[in-house]
Amino acid sequence: MPVLARWIEAAGIPTVVVTMMPAVAQERKAPRIVGVEFPFGLAFGMPGDAVMHRQVLELSLRVLAGAGSFGTRIDLDIEWPVPLRDAYKAWQPKEPSPIVRKLLSTLARERSTPS
Amino acid sequence: MIVDSYRFLPRSFRPLYEGRGPFPGEEAPVWAPFEKRLAASRIALLTSAGIYVKSSQASFDVEREQREPEWGDPSWRSIPSNVEAADLEVAHLHISHDDIRSDPEVALPLRTLDELVSERLIGSATAEHLSVMGYQDRSLEGWRTDTAPQLIAWLRERQVDGVVLAPA
Repeated sequence: MPVLARWIEAAGIPTVVVTMMPAVAQERKAPRIVGVEFPFGLAFGMPGDAVMHRQVLELSLRVLAGAGSFGTRIDLDIEWPVPLRDAYKAWQPKEPSPIVRKLLSTLARERSTPS
Repeated sequence: MIVDSYRFLPRSFRPLYEGRGPFPGEEAPVWAPFEKRLAASRIALLTSAGIYVKSSQASFDVEREQREPEWGDPSWRSIPSNVEAADLEVAHLHISHDDIRSDPEVALPLRTLDELVSERLIGSATAEHLSVMGYQDRSLEGWRTDTAPQLIAWLRERQVDGVVLAPA
């Protein structure tokens, strides 16, 4: 997503990336970044919480229009209103994704191979 | 307050993301100044949550991803801003679909953006918004040569002044 933002930006259209991994978006050189400490899949916040969606979108638009230079990152100070243990489980798919299954089996093989 | 980028990520995945740096050829700054006032600007949204319109669009190809774990569908959909929430579906193997199905605004805030138009915080929103299936890191080439130019042409045709991108 940060790379896609870079390509769109390079074509002359300003972008902002709203992300739960702002440190990664910085490493990948996204032009403007809004960080949210939310579970994956929920960039704009809790289901049913229109006030939270609005806070995230409005900040994103302010950063889009008002950031003065490349690499601007503003983090939104909203605490996820669900206990970490529950939220951590809730965002994950019911079955691990194909790439995660592959990585886990690679890790397991490495662990079982004597070095 | 500084966001912890790894708070919800399983600890064993952290090295896959942290300290990897930019992609080759993507190190230099890119910058398009936002020159208009927000109240005179047209805004588009772009989600990578794999959202599509059930009644009229094909799903993203998750079956091929099951067979080829390092592949991700590089196609894209345009989502009408007045679509019924119940007509949106999610095709993404990396996240739970339950919350997005129950309230698509969490990934693609169509209603929230319309509200900001009616309050004149922004000038207008595009009549459709963009959806991709965000698993792109391992197959950037198709994105660079095909998907991105198509998305950029789509944005230019609609005279978009700025894009809010949200990864899944």
